[in-house]
Amino acid sequence: MKTTDVPQDDANMLQGKFKEPVYSLDKDGNFTTVSSVGWDPKNAVMQEAWDNVNEKIEQTRKDVLKGSLSPIAYYIEKNIMDAGLVAKYMGIWKWKVKKHLKPRNFAKLSDDILEKYAKVFSISKEDLVDIDKLNDPPSL
Amino acid sequence: MTNNQNIEINFNHQQSAHCENGVVSNLLRYYGIELSEPMVFGIGSGLFFSHMPFLKVGGIPVTSFRPLPGIIFKRISKRLGIKFEKHKYSNPRKAMDALDNNLRSEIPTGMLVGVYHLTYFPDPYRFHFNAHNIVVYGKKDNKYLISDPIMESYETLSYDELLRVRYAKGTFAPKGHMYWAKNIPENIDLESAIIKGIKHTCKDMLTIPIPMFGVKGIRFLSKKVRNYPNKLGARKAASYTGQIVRAQEEIGTGGAGFRYMYGAFLQEASAILKNEELKNLSYKLSEIGDLWREFAVITGRIVKNRNKADESYDKAADLLLVIADREEEFFKKLKNSIK
Repeated sequence: MKTTDVPQDDANMLQGKFKEPVYSLDKDGNFTTVSSVGWDPKNAVMQEAWDNVNEKIEQTRKDVLKGSLSPIAYYIEKNIMDAGLVAKYMGIWKWKVKKHLKPRNFAKLSDDILEKYAKVFSISKEDLVDIDKLNDPPSL
Repeated sequence: MTNNQNIEINFNHQQSAHCENGVVSNLLRYYGIELSEPMVFGIGSGLFFSHMPFLKVGGIPVTSFRPLPGIIFKRISKRLGIKFEKHKYSNPRKAMDALDNNLRSEIPTGMLVGVYHLTYFPDPYRFHFNAHNIVVYGKKDNKYLISDPIMESYETLSYDELLRVRYAKGTFAPKGHMYWAKNIPENIDLESAIIKGIKHTCKDMLTIPIPMFGVKGIRFLSKKVRNYPNKLGARKAASYTGQIVRAQEEIGTGGAGFRYMYGAFLQEASAILKNEELKNLSYKLSEIGDLWREFAVITGRIVKNRNKADESYDKAADLLLVIADREEEFFKKLKNSIK
């Protein structure tokens, strides 16, 4: 690729935090780097991955509001985690996390455990147990 | 955290395209060894291809354009004869104490971190990926001074923020892993290191007797991609193919799955080894990189039309076969050029 062909298709994927150096050939045939803000095909595949994540979050939000899953299920999706990864952060078995996804088991959790979950999800314990919060979820 | 002393090591941060190369290049520069990112990448045999359908991340088979994290680092230290001290800590507080001790002795210290909780990272890139490399080079007003190779300038993290990313959980959990240069040789034999690096890459790309790796792996992937729409349905097929491009497009590859970076390496190597053929080959590799970009363009279209049946899968699969042939020819020539 020539330096002049390095694309600059900004889809705000880098949020202005840095530009990516792209190795390319200058007019004298020497490799050098050109800073790029992005490229359409890359933006498209990134967006597709996030669309999948966001769809799962939305579906789980509805399930929690319906009462078929506990809020833990929602925050797992929101943090792009799964039960296994949360279990590792919690230092408990995966089957226990799965158990806590059922609303009736969730209702019986001790304050300590709730506190721990809240910390893993970087929210407060109060927010974790407040299902009404999910009626008006923070923007993704 | 009783020690609030300000320490700032005179560490020269330079942005690189890829974190593992970047950390090595930045650390070596501190000790007076100037090696560009492409040099580190080439000597460490960073170019690779693998497609492992049974190994899934987020439910999608893994395709990779480089070896496992840590391999470049291992190979380059071996080939240049540089000794690194490496440590993991089961107790996070101890890991942070050990870092403070290093900083007090003015040792810039590399470490592995997870990117999901990395506060300064752009949000769209914050997945649970745990093999990111950074260097900590000081502490000022209770903030750690960070040289993150993919960032343009210096960053900072608080004690708690740094502890959290050093103890990210999941695949490749860093467990507080940190490393620093122990023994830097007076003279390094750059020429032999370059030749070893090139030979290893040719071997990886041409001769691994398992169809998932190297040039064979690209042909294997071609077959898979051709069948994705029939086997998986439109939506899932698009996700699977998109994942290939996300790997190929990993930060710093310019869309070419590291082929351009390796081209830059060959050009530098050509000057050092006084081997004109390597320079010619660097242009050939740039052309192959352009083909990988074409593959990304086709995939981008597939992904945008993901809810409809798409005839582009055949095109994408055909292109992969062309790439495989071109790479096979390329690495054979490369192998012969350094005999």
